[in-house]
Amino acid sequence: MKAFRILGRDIRDSFKSVFRNFSLSLASITCITITLLVVSISVILSLNVDNIATLIEKDVTIVAFLEKDVEEVDIKLLQREIERLDNIDTVVFQSKEDTKNEMMEASEDFKNVMQDYTEDENPLQDSFKVKVIDIELIGETANQIKELDGVDVVKYGEGMVEQLVQVFKVVRNICIFIVVTLIVVTAFLISNTIKITIYSRRKEIEIMRLVGASNLNIKIPFVFEGLFLGILGSIIPMLVTVYGYTAIYEQSGGILFSNIIELVEPMPFVLWVSLILLVIGMVVGMFGSLLAVRKHLKI
Amino acid sequence: MNLIRMKGVKKTYKNGVTAIYDLDLKIEKGEFVFIIGSTGCGKSTLIKMLYREEKPNTGEIIVGGLNVAKLKNRKVYKLRRKLGVVYQDFKLLPKSTVFENVAFALEIFGTPKKEIYEKVLKVLDLVGLKNKAKHYPTNLSGGEQQRVAIARAIVNEPKLLICDEPTGNLDENTSMEIMKVLEEVNKMGTTIIMVTHDTKIVDRMKKRVILLDAGRIVKDYPEGTYVNEGI
Repeated sequence: MKAFRILGRDIRDSFKSVFRNFSLSLASITCITITLLVVSISVILSLNVDNIATLIEKDVTIVAFLEKDVEEVDIKLLQREIERLDNIDTVVFQSKEDTKNEMMEASEDFKNVMQDYTEDENPLQDSFKVKVIDIELIGETANQIKELDGVDVVKYGEGMVEQLVQVFKVVRNICIFIVVTLIVVTAFLISNTIKITIYSRRKEIEIMRLVGASNLNIKIPFVFEGLFLGILGSIIPMLVTVYGYTAIYEQSGGILFSNIIELVEPMPFVLWVSLILLVIGMVVGMFGSLLAVRKHLKI
Repeated sequence: MNLIRMKGVKKTYKNGVTAIYDLDLKIEKGEFVFIIGSTGCGKSTLIKMLYREEKPNTGEIIVGGLNVAKLKNRKVYKLRRKLGVVYQDFKLLPKSTVFENVAFALEIFGTPKKEIYEKVLKVLDLVGLKNKAKHYPTNLSGGEQQRVAIARAIVNEPKLLICDEPTGNLDENTSMEIMKVLEEVNKMGTTIIMVTHDTKIVDRMKKRVILLDAGRIVKDYPEGTYVNEGI
């Protein structure tokens, strides 16, 4: 009961002191707002880059062409065998008829050539279109498929795919590096600003000690104050994230430059990013404040 | 019973200056003691050790049963809750009202709201500031601010009130008003130790007076025997 009463007072006091030291609070809040905006932009960019990479990777397909004389029953068995391999996402059978139709739709020239063939004369091969789970292992998976009886040739864009995977890996690592660096810099900036705020109030801390406040008594209100500053500072970045990104998404129709670059859908994406911002603001506010107070306590 | 017992206390600061040499002192419960002496005689150091702002190098200091000399920094609050301290520069929170400044000393214990309200008003009444509870310290005169500081120091009914030059910033009339308040507090049973260089006040109050010089007790006048020797 007593502890709750003290805690309640700490929360009330810390709230009051945010407003009583308004100019200092404003400095901290502005610092948090600006740095979190930068973090927001970098997180949104990175996640979109990641999304684009994932979409492109998902498009990569292994095509396994079957030998001419495979019976329909064996095709079913073969499909099951492929599905049983590791790293297989989906397996779709495409008969030579389907391929023929697809090609005829694709261009007039093909149509002219192809339409003369009957089903028996069709020179194309039946095939499986296989999507893999982990694109880095696509080479191994392709080889395993090739070993199976009835499979003639396996194609997946060898060489190209490996390069693509390599490039995406680098891009993703760069994104992670930038975001992490920014978050660390943000934490540093925010905690420094709060340090200045608290330095100017060391007299207050001294008085608290004089009237018999324990170290914990002194720390808790400042920690709550840091928390409030963090929350107040993340409001604008959160609003900008939610409304700004949604607006950009709607303006561009979800596509940048061409159909290849699809943006992440705003819902619930922007909510997650906002949550990340809020958590960063709160945690950094609290710990920045705590570290700064500890300097002025004699422990 | 001795409220304060100091035995063989020595304090040398890090810069090599020795402020207190081998000091023995006993103060009884309910006493009103002045500590006087010229600037630099060690009187501030002496009382700073009583509320554990400074630590002695050697010796024993017992305040209200607590061994202050051995108290760890993070346990200091236990001592501070047993005594009140009043300073020359008041040390009030400028952004809190008079009421909040006084209530602050109770809030940290988790005292119920109603009890805080009653105690704070009672003590503000005692120092004559009941009608200024909602004012901010910056709108008060020096004498009034010092009375707020006294109210804060005594609101949790400490056994000991330590005053470090409480009248140092105040004119003569205001100083005497403060002394009246302190005498009132003393009559209610609180032991008071007051450091001052204002011999006029000491003259008028007729209390026990301890004269310090160069870190040693030179004279200890029992109550009513102090005569101004022009120091």
